[in-house]
Amino acid sequence: MTAYIVRRLFATIPVMVVVAVFVFFLLRIAPGDPAAIIAGEDATAEAIEAVRAKLGLDRPVLEQFVLWTWGLLQGDFGVSIFSNLPVTRLMAQRMEPTIALTLSTLLVAVGLAIPTGVIAAWKARRWPDRVVMVFAVMGFAVPGFLIAYVLIWIFAVKLGWLPVQGYRPIAEGFWPFVEGLILPSLALGVTYMALIARITRASMLDVLSQDYIRTANSKGLATTRVLLLHALKNAAVPIVTVIGIGIALLISGVVITETVFNIPGLGRLTVDAVLKRDYPIVQGLIIVFAGAKVLVNLAIDISYAFLDPRIRY
Amino acid sequence: MDRVHAATTGATMRLSGTRTIGGLAAALALGLGLGATTPAIAQDKVLKAVMHADVRVIDPIWTTQTIANIHGMLVYDTLFGNDANMEPKPQMVGKYDISADRLTYTFTLRDGLKFSDGTPVTTKDVIASLRRWGKKDGVGIRLFSFVETLTASDDKTFVMKLTKPYGMVLDSLGKTNSSVAVIMREVEAMTDPQQQVKESIGSGPYMMVKDLWVPGSKAIYVKNPHYVPRPGNEPPSSFAGTKIAGVDRIELLWIADSQTAMSALIAGEIDFFENPGTDFLPMLEKARNVKLLKTGDLDSTHGMIRLNHLHPPFDNPKARQAMYHLINQEDFLRAIVGDPKYYRVCHGLITCGAPLASDGGSHFFKDYNPKKALQLLKEAGYKGEPITVLQATDHNTITPATQVLVQAMRDAGINVDAQAMDWGTVVSRRAKKEPPAQGGWNIFVTTTGGVGSANPVLHTWIGAACDKGLFGWPCDAKIEELRNDFAFAQTDADKKRIARDLQTRAMEQVVYIPFGQWTTPLAYRSDRIEGIVPNTGLAVLWGIKRK
Repeated sequence: MTAYIVRRLFATIPVMVVVAVFVFFLLRIAPGDPAAIIAGEDATAEAIEAVRAKLGLDRPVLEQFVLWTWGLLQGDFGVSIFSNLPVTRLMAQRMEPTIALTLSTLLVAVGLAIPTGVIAAWKARRWPDRVVMVFAVMGFAVPGFLIAYVLIWIFAVKLGWLPVQGYRPIAEGFWPFVEGLILPSLALGVTYMALIARITRASMLDVLSQDYIRTANSKGLATTRVLLLHALKNAAVPIVTVIGIGIALLISGVVITETVFNIPGLGRLTVDAVLKRDYPIVQGLIIVFAGAKVLVNLAIDISYAFLDPRIRY
Repeated sequence: MDRVHAATTGATMRLSGTRTIGGLAAALALGLGLGATTPAIAQDKVLKAVMHADVRVIDPIWTTQTIANIHGMLVYDTLFGNDANMEPKPQMVGKYDISADRLTYTFTLRDGLKFSDGTPVTTKDVIASLRRWGKKDGVGIRLFSFVETLTASDDKTFVMKLTKPYGMVLDSLGKTNSSVAVIMREVEAMTDPQQQVKESIGSGPYMMVKDLWVPGSKAIYVKNPHYVPRPGNEPPSSFAGTKIAGVDRIELLWIADSQTAMSALIAGEIDFFENPGTDFLPMLEKARNVKLLKTGDLDSTHGMIRLNHLHPPFDNPKARQAMYHLINQEDFLRAIVGDPKYYRVCHGLITCGAPLASDGGSHFFKDYNPKKALQLLKEAGYKGEPITVLQATDHNTITPATQVLVQAMRDAGINVDAQAMDWGTVVSRRAKKEPPAQGGWNIFVTTTGGVGSANPVLHTWIGAACDKGLFGWPCDAKIEELRNDFAFAQTDADKKRIARDLQTRAMEQVVYIPFGQWTTPLAYRSDRIEGIVPNTGLAVLWGIKRK
């Protein structure tokens, strides 16, 4: 197993190289010019050119790439074109809200979706199954931002129970931290919940038709024991896979949720940087996101061995 | 104040090494730590203001972005400040003298002026700051083209000698649009104007807590303990008047989603919303404890259709004039604003409602007739070639205005190549002088502010300086001559006459086609704050108090 993990970690290096090359050159091919944005509305073409020269954006693209890669190899992601602050600092400022939002969404989604998926499979083709499936279809069909606005209007504006927007770090207290995450987690988690619930149901239905489940039931084992210990554990591999895919979906999902709930996370940072053509930030973020995705995939692969003893690396 | 310094100094020390991946983890931990410092400061009187953009740049000279100037006017002070009628009033200057030949200006700074780090403001700082501004800002460049010498007599007095009796010296020093002539410390003012300063230390009413700055989210300001307001308790009027810091702390917040910002204002999570979208005004008008403050004509936004004078068909004045027949301003204004109480039709290039407004050249708008537009275009040599329009897709006013224009052109039978792109791409694409088929353009739509447009010298879009001018590159010696004449006019009557002649000529040459003028009211919580001053170009936040 250790050798496998080391091999996989080494295999991430070419992946990251490809990502770095693609993100750098795609950004340079894409239209737009940070110098023009900085120079402002009343700037002449000459003024824009002067800003571009000072930023080093008039240098050959290959030279810019070598300089950036050299910095990257030393752990230096560069400096924001606009704020002049190190990209590492900007990402660090935004990491806590995004991690908190992602984890709370996972908690809400997995915590609700797996039990409902199990119940739907257990009561297949009866009313609990149909109710769960109706909610699952709605979860897929209704856009997350719409759910977000409705939740804000009801729970924040009308009832005043929860804040409309913003993020309070956990250092400011546990409840302020939690209350700011409830609505965003629900809004972001609905689609994800629907996905996991459907996969759980399908996977459980498959397992529940197996002979060993029939045997367990014949032995008189309690239903909960059969469902949770015998069926769910054996149905877990596809569920865990979907949770892993879902984490990647969450990374894109947080962009909208962070915008609607004004959470200063990595998603907002990405959108702002793309709109402003702040190349160093976009490049740094894509590298971090790609690295996170690779590590999540690795963690999922490793978990297979624990969930299914037949899988060996 | 000491508490703020104590809370943030450690952060500075720890952040200084944040250049490595290891630093990323350290900074994350620091982020948690910074959160812990916030509640202590938050107990003071706080103003939470959602602005039209986020503070991303701290150097108001390096960029002309409005938000950078709003930041600048909290942190820095200016020698003069133009009031709501655009009259320059002394601000850092205690007394000044203009020689009879109007060639020598002698300025003396007020007593006791200090930067927020406690060091005194001297003429060295002032001269270095003005020189930097004079190399970057359009109005500053024009002023400095007439400056023969700028010398310090002592630490408090300096003399500006001109080569010609340029009449816009004080107006330029006190202007409230584009890059404001802020006074920095000499050490920052010596920075190349094409590079951003690294520190934001000024002698204004507030100081920035840089370590709590989260670009794209919030910027925090606390009272500058060394600020010396003008004596006399003069009422605030735009940049003029005594600046009394009304709250202990100002948080400039950025909420990208206007719907969320509106909900936050209604729920009382923020106090001030600078730029609520026009779609939300009916809801805000009905909301409890929320008031809307309509700003004046000078604070309006002007719509402009800019034609590229370099390439056919708009290299021909007849073709440019043909476009007037396509423009029904009401169509544009209804699409952008909707409610007539927030817009006005304006057939001039000088801000309607401003002292210099006139009807010069407005006859071009008398005949709205799309068929005639096409006919005149053909007479000017147009043979149905595609006309490239840069169509911004993500701007709350420019996007609908461009859609109206494109539809009007298509309805008239013009072959339109509407190229959809985000505003960031429009901004870079419009700087290209190549023909449309090679990545250039024929038309783009943009906006400008009423303060700048109210004065022919400040109004850079009315200029026609050929290659040295703004995108579209209109080229007309007469227009430049009239702008120059305006700057030397001695009487109000002369200024009015020249402004009218200039507008007439500029409309004849079609430097741009105006499509109306509109204002967006400020929204605020009337149960929590008071002392809001209507904008005249930039938001004036320093006088706002908590109830």
